[in-house]
Amino acid sequence: MAAEILHPTNTGIDSRKLAMWAFLASDCMFFGSLISAYMVSRHRSVQGPYPEELINIPFTSVSAFVLLMSSLAMVLALSGIQRGDMRLFRIWILATSLLGGIFLAGQIYEFHHFYHEHLTLSRNLFGSSFFTLTGFHGTHVAVGVAWLMSLFFASFRPGLVTKAKALNVEIAGLYWHFVDIVWIIIFTLVYLLPYD
Amino acid sequence: MSAQPKAVASDVHADHHADEHDHPGWQIYARIAVILTVITGVEVATYYVDALHDYLIWVLAPLTAAKFIIVVAYYMHLKFDHKLLTYVFLAGMIAAGGIMLALLGLFNSLW
Repeated sequence: MAAEILHPTNTGIDSRKLAMWAFLASDCMFFGSLISAYMVSRHRSVQGPYPEELINIPFTSVSAFVLLMSSLAMVLALSGIQRGDMRLFRIWILATSLLGGIFLAGQIYEFHHFYHEHLTLSRNLFGSSFFTLTGFHGTHVAVGVAWLMSLFFASFRPGLVTKAKALNVEIAGLYWHFVDIVWIIIFTLVYLLPYD
Repeated sequence: MSAQPKAVASDVHADHHADEHDHPGWQIYARIAVILTVITGVEVATYYVDALHDYLIWVLAPLTAAKFIIVVAYYMHLKFDHKLLTYVFLAGMIAAGGIMLALLGLFNSLW
């Protein structure tokens, strides 16, 4: 679906969309550094608790599934607004936010549990790198939920969220899917890879 | 004099329409969600297979890469969008890969 372009550009791509992709490319480097720091540090803690004592695969698998489903809800919200179906857009954008909120609640629970098991940001290398990596990802999710909720509430004000302005939703969607693909990698490297 | 910029702008829009195609419908999106769920299920299942324990990275890497590519291509519509967006994102990915290799190599954590 060709989206509205505010100003003609040499590339034919709306500058806002190109800027979002450039931002996501730079965010790849940001997360690449954090993931590397975690991979380097995960075996080097000189005192516990160690990852294999704390990581809960079934719980995190559900979180990963929830975030994957939020990506489905996001594309359905975009599809709704691109067809001018405001009801469909509101249902799916709300579902996306809700699933993002559930993921965040799961992360808060996990952090709380780890804290009670005496893993803190300064306890050992595992704690420092784990909380930094997953905490920054969680912050991205929280920003995404706030962005999606702002789109939901804006849709009740005339002219702010319309079929002609579907690109605004598409750009928010790009950000949301990026958060999902980062978790796809974190889930494998942090949770599923064996620690022994 | 003013006719030329208009013609250029018109060409730009024509290119834009030529490079962007309609996004898939909800049936395709739902099928992709099923595929992603199945791949995630396989990933989690392999974690519990003791025989694969030593080779887990080689099993998980292609599965994770497949999920990543499917989401980027279909949900983020990179498959249907202007090629320049793919190049921009790829540049970031390559830089990120380089950073990761350099850091892991520096700390002897590659293998």
